[in-house]
Amino acid sequence: MSFAKDLQKVLRANIREYGMYIALFVIMAIFTITTEGVFMSSRNIVNLLNQTGYIAVLAVGMTLVIIIRHIDLSVGFLAGFLGACAAIMLAFWHWPVYIVLPATLVLGIFAGLLTGTLVAKLGIPSFVASLGGWLIYRGAILLVTMGTGTIIIPDAVFNAIGNGFIPDIPGMEAFLPGIHKFTLLIGLLTIILFVLNTIRNRKKQESYRFEVLPMNMFIMQLVFISVVIGYITWVLAGYRGISWTLVVVLVVVLVYDFIASKTVLGRHIYAVGGNPEAAELSGISVNKIVYVVFGSMGMLSALSGILFASRLQSATTTAGSLFELDAIAAAYVGGVSAAGGVGKVVGSLIGALVMMSLSSGMNLMSIDISLQYIVRGAVLAAAVIFDVATRKQRK
Amino acid sequence: MNTPILEMKNITKEFPGVKALDNVSFQVKQGEIHCLVGENGAGKSTLMKVLSGVYPYGSFSGEIFFEGELKKFYGPLSSEQAGIAIIYQELALVPEMTVFENIFLGNEIKSGLVINWNETIQQAADVLKKVGLSVNPSTKVKELGVGKQQLVEIAKALSRNVKLLILDEPTSALNEGDSENLLNLLLGLKHQGVTCILISHKLKEVIKIADTVTVLRDGKTICTLDATNGEVKENLLIKYMVGREINNIYPQRDRKISDEVIMEVKNWSAYNPLVGRDILKDINFKIKKGEIVGFAGLMGSGRTELAKSIYGNPDGFNTKGEIFIKGKKVHFKHTSEALKHGVAYVTEDRKRDGLILIQDVKSNITLTNLKEISKRGIVNVIDEIHVATEYKESLNIKTPSIEQKVMNLSGGNQQKVSVAKNLFIHPDVLILDEPTRGIDVGAKFEIYTIMNALVAKGMSIIMISSELPEVLGMSDRVYVVSSGRITGELSITEATQEKIMELATD
Repeated sequence: MSFAKDLQKVLRANIREYGMYIALFVIMAIFTITTEGVFMSSRNIVNLLNQTGYIAVLAVGMTLVIIIRHIDLSVGFLAGFLGACAAIMLAFWHWPVYIVLPATLVLGIFAGLLTGTLVAKLGIPSFVASLGGWLIYRGAILLVTMGTGTIIIPDAVFNAIGNGFIPDIPGMEAFLPGIHKFTLLIGLLTIILFVLNTIRNRKKQESYRFEVLPMNMFIMQLVFISVVIGYITWVLAGYRGISWTLVVVLVVVLVYDFIASKTVLGRHIYAVGGNPEAAELSGISVNKIVYVVFGSMGMLSALSGILFASRLQSATTTAGSLFELDAIAAAYVGGVSAAGGVGKVVGSLIGALVMMSLSSGMNLMSIDISLQYIVRGAVLAAAVIFDVATRKQRK
Repeated sequence: MNTPILEMKNITKEFPGVKALDNVSFQVKQGEIHCLVGENGAGKSTLMKVLSGVYPYGSFSGEIFFEGELKKFYGPLSSEQAGIAIIYQELALVPEMTVFENIFLGNEIKSGLVINWNETIQQAADVLKKVGLSVNPSTKVKELGVGKQQLVEIAKALSRNVKLLILDEPTSALNEGDSENLLNLLLGLKHQGVTCILISHKLKEVIKIADTVTVLRDGKTICTLDATNGEVKENLLIKYMVGREINNIYPQRDRKISDEVIMEVKNWSAYNPLVGRDILKDINFKIKKGEIVGFAGLMGSGRTELAKSIYGNPDGFNTKGEIFIKGKKVHFKHTSEALKHGVAYVTEDRKRDGLILIQDVKSNITLTNLKEISKRGIVNVIDEIHVATEYKESLNIKTPSIEQKVMNLSGGNQQKVSVAKNLFIHPDVLILDEPTRGIDVGAKFEIYTIMNALVAKGMSIIMISSELPEVLGMSDRVYVVSSGRITGELSITEATQEKIMELATD
């Protein structure tokens, strides 16, 4: 009885934080039922994660942009354009892939800094500045693909980023056939690290007499998250294991989450978002933060372009269409506040998963695209309404 | 001339914890210019807000009679309909609109559903003639200077057949020529039968123009004087304005000031490109180690601009002059450089630009100097907790925990957080801008105690304050600022409220 009560209390206190996880869980459960399990099949989940990849990295960058009270509409076509640039470097100039990748990322940083300069130095509203970029990059894709149309990318390493999987442990083909052993191993290690780390944090917090979850809730949290990680690992291992896209996304999310929550830079970003005037008076250069955040957005746009081009094994003339809106939607679903200063990188990843799950699930159910847009729009609106409502409740 | 057009009887208006108006009665005769004077916070603006319905009927006690009738104003619109117009210090014009659009904004001349622009322009021209403003009515308001904008505001009021015109500090932003024009216009309007209430800090102009003067102090009417016979003098008004005893709410302190000059500012001037005029002119001052220097003056005299222009100039004024810290010439390109050189600034409006309200106490305190508690760019959370706890205890910040969001704290405790974050950079010179604004007496005392403890440890404090008792109670030395200039320097032994007031209204 007290367990149910504790659970209720913890959920209520953290409804804002847990809201999107619950939403994702509910959406997945519904689709699993309506598709008679096809949705949670290994093959579909792997595809879903690979499709989410290029939106997720954009959503991560967009999170920081929205936190500092700006927006970047140019990221979609910038991704498409830089994907085309990478394709040209590989297919026509025959540059080696290990030069193409960093070169594309650097181009992305420059593009982002350009938008940042317009916003910080010239004081142009980011909406307008990046809308200009949206048009320019859209034109730029058409320009670079004018002679050739779709550019086929011949490089196997490059194409593996969007389609390949991490290798399995060699010499163990006989053991558990059809299951990706290395993926299982990674999953197991993740669970162990997670459990140890969480327990260590709890001890540390207790030693400072901070409020911690009640013991039964804590154990439930540990078990629940371990089971989720375990289950996802099992599902992935059942197909071809962890994809390189998933590796890229996880690295990006971990690095950005670390920066946002643990570093001085991250603190400064949240401070600028929370109150730019106060941040400036506290000795933080708001302009510098704008440069950094837009520069990072440009780099992640390049990464998104690479992931997308690699997945299609080609650069198309329409690559990047509407990516920016998907990324913005993912960030908002993930709990970023339009008022600035609030939002988490991991939340935006979950937001991207929610939006992509909706597409994937409805595709499997053969729901018409017209209805799909309407449903996704309704979910976005619901997420923001939820956000506003829970914030009012706090006060 | 003798019938009152306006009578406010026994007005009492309370805010949580403060009685802003205490049984104030106020009478204005038909066709006179009635000046309302008093210190900052005496209740002048509150009284006018009660009159104009900004504080609606029912939120205060007392009665308002206008033209002999009991009036219940539920908002600015209803007082406007009765014929009362207020022109505030911050002008309420739309800069991107033309003069004629502004004059008839909200009062458009319509034929059917559409606006009759020809009629509008013609009537605007008429009313502009009345206020003696010769501009094309199609000029955009943003292209006019402040003085002319003020005239447009008056024209707007006249276009609505105003019977009682209220001006809140109309000349504070004007140069002398424009002020002169405005005052003459008011005298002209008087002859046309418009009654006028003028709130002003400039006592010379009050004496020149007023028929009657009412003095408010601490939310009470002190006296109403007939100013037509030339008996009202400046010093008399000052005496009535400040005539209160200083209660002993200022903690005792041993004043031991070394001769070491920690900061010196020479020939400091600033030009604000946004308003297109010099806001600071030829400012010179010195701060010694371990002293509290008061910067007295009226609101809008330029003290905050002075502080901020020195503190890395975040508002982007064009500054000229030199700053010396411990005898070394410095130039702060950004607030971060000021902080690095040991100059910190606690803002006058902690909610607007002091604190990050949505973040917790500890993040706010450590924000100015995260470097000190981080290694290779990674914040050490444990150190952060130690630092925040230390300040919470030493400044007695009352909060359930250092993880509490700052927006949930009381004003006094927010102010302490605002001070704490600036102490964390270990400054030599701490600039406190209105350190006790909007906080209760108990918290004030605590802030004063903190200030005393800081200077005892050798810190120097610049205290900008509009409260004269505070300036006199806390400072070792006082500079008086008026219209962007330092008009006087007084040692604490020679400073009196009257002397400061005289310099501040210079």
